[in-house]
Amino acid sequence: MRILAIATRVIKELIRDKRTLTLMFVAPIIIILLLSVLFSANSTTNVKIGTVAVSKTIRSNLDNTKHVAVKTYDSKKQAKKALKDEKIDSIIQKKSSGYSITYANTDSTKTTAVKMAFKNAVTEDTMTTMKNQMGTMKTQLQTTASALTKVEQLLPAKTRAKLASQASTPKTTTKVTKVAKTKVTNHYVYGDSSTGFFDKILPILMGFFVFFFVFLISGMALLKERTSGTLDRLLATPVKRSEIVFGYMISYGILAIVQTIVIVMATIWLLGIDIVGNVFNLVIINLILALVALAFGILVSTFARSEFQMVQFIPLIVIPQVFFSGIIPLDSMADWVKDISYIIPIKYSGDASTAIMMHGAHLSTLGLDIGVLGGILIVLTFLNIVGLKRYRKV
Amino acid sequence: MTDSIISLTHLVKKFGKQTVLQDVNLDLMPGEIVGLIGPSGAGKSTVIKTALGMEVADGGSATVFKQTMPNRQLLSRIGYMAQTDALYEALSGRENLQFFGKMKGINKKNISTEIKHAAAVVDLTEDLSKRVSGYSGGMMRRLSLAIALLGEPELLILDEPTVGIDPALRRQIWKELGSIRDEGRSILITTHVMDEAELTDRVALLLGGRVMAFDTPQNLKKQYEVPTIEDVFLKAEGVQS
Repeated sequence: MRILAIATRVIKELIRDKRTLTLMFVAPIIIILLLSVLFSANSTTNVKIGTVAVSKTIRSNLDNTKHVAVKTYDSKKQAKKALKDEKIDSIIQKKSSGYSITYANTDSTKTTAVKMAFKNAVTEDTMTTMKNQMGTMKTQLQTTASALTKVEQLLPAKTRAKLASQASTPKTTTKVTKVAKTKVTNHYVYGDSSTGFFDKILPILMGFFVFFFVFLISGMALLKERTSGTLDRLLATPVKRSEIVFGYMISYGILAIVQTIVIVMATIWLLGIDIVGNVFNLVIINLILALVALAFGILVSTFARSEFQMVQFIPLIVIPQVFFSGIIPLDSMADWVKDISYIIPIKYSGDASTAIMMHGAHLSTLGLDIGVLGGILIVLTFLNIVGLKRYRKV
Repeated sequence: MTDSIISLTHLVKKFGKQTVLQDVNLDLMPGEIVGLIGPSGAGKSTVIKTALGMEVADGGSATVFKQTMPNRQLLSRIGYMAQTDALYEALSGRENLQFFGKMKGINKKNISTEIKHAAAVVDLTEDLSKRVSGYSGGMMRRLSLAIALLGEPELLILDEPTVGIDPALRRQIWKELGSIRDEGRSILITTHVMDEAELTDRVALLLGGRVMAFDTPQNLKKQYEVPTIEDVFLKAEGVQS
């Protein structure tokens, strides 16, 4: 009874706080839309290469590469000036011993793009040279063959007949060897050819929004209860400490469910993101994450004396979650860095949501993620119930 | 004092190294209003928090309804009003009353009559539907008092209840407190207003974590040979320093 009364009260307060409510539902949609635009526009890198004394074939090879533009300079000095003025991203100079390349290197993706383009151009150049050489060899062969026939005709008829009987003249027919183009057909298990980085981070982002808002708003709410004295007043009634914590859990759980549905609907309708699995499963995962965020928020609020101090916990608690959530690939990191991610709740929700959205996983196969989240939740909730003893000794 | 409602004996309370209450002896009988006066920092709020079980005594004993505090179940029989208004400003006056009524465990049938009565006492009946955020300071104070009155608790613990309330209403509130006492219920009240202290049955003067004097206002004035409680207060404080 009391749990429900607390939950309804918290929800009532939330609903009447129109600005916070708008922020919770509109802000994630705006950020997701922005990110989707940003990442789809940024998937290609355009580079400008300045060349000095580079052969025409390599230049045209480079120029034919997508997203690469070539500008020829007469001297290295001119090219260097252009590089300094940020007109070009790198300089390729042909020297007697080979090539010398200077990168601006202010953007590592551009450096990589130039390296790739140049490598391809050189490979292609080598291939062309080889092809040309083969062509030359072919003409030489033809010349030899015709010369041979001429020699043959100069021979006396008798010898010619003898020769013919010994071996039939090798017919030097030149076959035009056409290299059959290998046909490649792409099949995508998830999404289509336009599926990119954004699709990968979306499940994690969704969890992040739920975590961030529930953490901050619930922490602030409890802090306000404490500073305004309502918590004391509440604890001066026979309410159990656990009833307060559970009441908050119900109300913020409902909030998280609504928020998740709004975000999921926005991603499906506005962005046309493909969700393979069941949306309901996604809601369940985010609900558990929201409860963890709530428990974090309540716990942290006990260490904050004001709203301002509460905000100071964002870089300490929320931002690291983003780093280790999987948005930045952890595979290439050192082992001890990877280990940190094992205590990050968003990692588990991110893994589970990714499995649901991209592989259509069912909840029953996500036992580990749900189990760990559940474990964190139970420990934090217990700490919160005990922690309220600070304000009332029973 | 076998049938006392509140009984604090040799109560000691420390926060870290600081001893806030050194030796507090206080008792509250049924049908009695006890006033707790003393300068800021004397430990008035700590006495109240210990009586409510929010703090645990480091020495001596604190019993309420003959049971040692802290005790959660007993809280349903106590009405508490803190120094701060402690209201949910996003909710209306009625919603605040309903919420705290439910928390106190008042059953559904009685809750609306209880709210009606409590609101009438503090003269808020017409403003119950308004959100608390639109209330004036005095209205908030009155609503806070109304919450404490909910459920007709046998014991009322009021921390500075009449701050910011105009004289006419203050008189009305004291009249109500008087009738509560006449019903046999008890009130522990802290105050800064010395003429209010005159209205109580007994006054406890708290100074430096000790109860310096605890008697009826008349006896105190006689004892200190002064005409008002305010003078008692000033004289006692002078002796201290």
